[in-house]
Amino acid sequence: MGLLGLYQAQFRTTAATHLQYRVESLIWLFGGIVEPTVYLVVWSTVAESSGGRLGTYTSGGFAAYFAVMMLVEHLTFSWIMHEYEYRVRMGRLSFVLLRPVHPIHADIVDNLTYKLMSLIFLLPVAAFLMWAFHAEFAPPLWAVLAFVPALALAFLLRFLMEWTLAMAAFWTTRVSALNQTYYVAVLFFSGQIAPLSLLPGPLADIASVLPFRWFVSFPVELVLGRLTPAETAAGYLAQAAWLAAALVLVRRVWRAGVKRYTAVGG
Amino acid sequence: MAELDIEIRELTKTYLVHRREAGLKAAVTSLFRRRQEEVHAVERVTFSVSPGEVVGFLGPNGAGKTTTLKMLSGLLHPTAGEARVLGHVPFRRERDLLQRITLVMGQRQQLVWDIPAIDSYDLNRAVYRIPTDQYRRTLAEISDLLELGGLLNKPVRNLSLGERMKVEIGAALLHRPQVLFLDEPTIGLDVTMQRRIRSFIAEYNRRHGATVLLTSHNMADVAALSRRVIVIHRGRLLFDGALDHLVARFSSHKTIVVQLREAVADPSRYGEVTAVEDGRVHLRVPKSETARVTAQLLAELPVEDLTVEDPPLEDVIERVFAQPGD
Repeated sequence: MGLLGLYQAQFRTTAATHLQYRVESLIWLFGGIVEPTVYLVVWSTVAESSGGRLGTYTSGGFAAYFAVMMLVEHLTFSWIMHEYEYRVRMGRLSFVLLRPVHPIHADIVDNLTYKLMSLIFLLPVAAFLMWAFHAEFAPPLWAVLAFVPALALAFLLRFLMEWTLAMAAFWTTRVSALNQTYYVAVLFFSGQIAPLSLLPGPLADIASVLPFRWFVSFPVELVLGRLTPAETAAGYLAQAAWLAAALVLVRRVWRAGVKRYTAVGG
Repeated sequence: MAELDIEIRELTKTYLVHRREAGLKAAVTSLFRRRQEEVHAVERVTFSVSPGEVVGFLGPNGAGKTTTLKMLSGLLHPTAGEARVLGHVPFRRERDLLQRITLVMGQRQQLVWDIPAIDSYDLNRAVYRIPTDQYRRTLAEISDLLELGGLLNKPVRNLSLGERMKVEIGAALLHRPQVLFLDEPTIGLDVTMQRRIRSFIAEYNRRHGATVLLTSHNMADVAALSRRVIVIHRGRLLFDGALDHLVARFSSHKTIVVQLREAVADPSRYGEVTAVEDGRVHLRVPKSETARVTAQLLAELPVEDLTVEDPPLEDVIERVFAQPGD
């Protein structure tokens, strides 16, 4: 049974809960659609007004980029940073700590369940955007296949990173300032607001040293056929390295956080 | 050590609390000078509990009961002293320990609000890795004893407080813990429901030989379940022993109830009259005087029936808590 059994049971519980909140889930989904659509419209328009092309992107290239970005962003985002403070402050964590299993497992399943369920709505929307804005992309087969592990690594990396940051709630009750800073950084440096190749010099340099690009921009560019096999291999390596670092970090911070929580009481 | 399920020695928990007066001025001052104050929630408490014992853990609000239970279940790190539960140091939260204990807190809930409890139960089955056939047997037993019936299939939010508590206790026992920490398990419940939960705890203890440490403000819980009580007050251990001894030690008076064949002019010369009804006179007398007064009553009055009673447990406890803390 073990962990797999736990994931199955957690999936059933979470799916049942999300089904209870159909409307709320749809509203959340709506935000995830509107934002990339706005960027799509803006950038396609800019491309058209500047002679049909901006950098390596045509108007249809932008359409493809942002439609795929919407899916990748949706599949990798998490809401754990909003939830953690509530858990710590309201003592919900006490109950979690009594269980002989690490709470991150429940969160991973919770996240994946919602993603799978909402994909039913999101895939047609992405397809519609691609059709309506004449998306252009022709990836080679290997790139499409390579996209799958890249996406899985992206999800894990982002999830562990955000779970680690969320634990700031153990030390401060004002996590919203930190969250806001993080979201803005991700917006700019992950390729959400614009393809990273269009960022001006210094910003592009910052983006290249931060881990954010490996969980949005990299899988998106990969599946659009914009990366060479060598760039893809380098991307995997970067993802794996950051993931290893995140794993170490999440364990350390968790141990320290629990120590603090059990010192002051929940 | 191995023979005891719970063993704590000199267990202490001290909190640092920031203090400030009300008002803006105090708020600004506190930015620069923070006054910290130590609060001794639990102070050098020592006791042990043998396997299969049911112990009532008593104390007024803020006495340190919940703090102690949290330290024993690994949710709080003690400031000083030692604690062992089933041979483990609780705050290390080793899987082997967590698999074998449970903590039920009256207001906390582990059930998922919007879905039927049976789904949360199923999740616990997976979390505690309970083998399927054992899970089925335990579930059948728990539903039977707690009369859960159709409750498990209703969304938790549609259950009444009492129903939810029953379902909650059931969830906490699915993995058949050996040691139960119950914090106010009957709080807010009506008398019938209290009785049901009480008899369930007693039955669970009888069937599985489980060790139970139970806090309650409800003396009926304590009287029905535990022969031994531990009393703490202001973080310190005040009494540890048989419930009868607690009553003997802390009640200075007894009540003599005499049924008289005919009315008597002035029974108050025998003791303080607390009630008179249909020829039954309740007399409150100092404990040391009980034998003398009883003999006197039998000799001097037309007595039809006479009983000597201990004061109600609530009164005794009230006296215990009225003791100065230091």
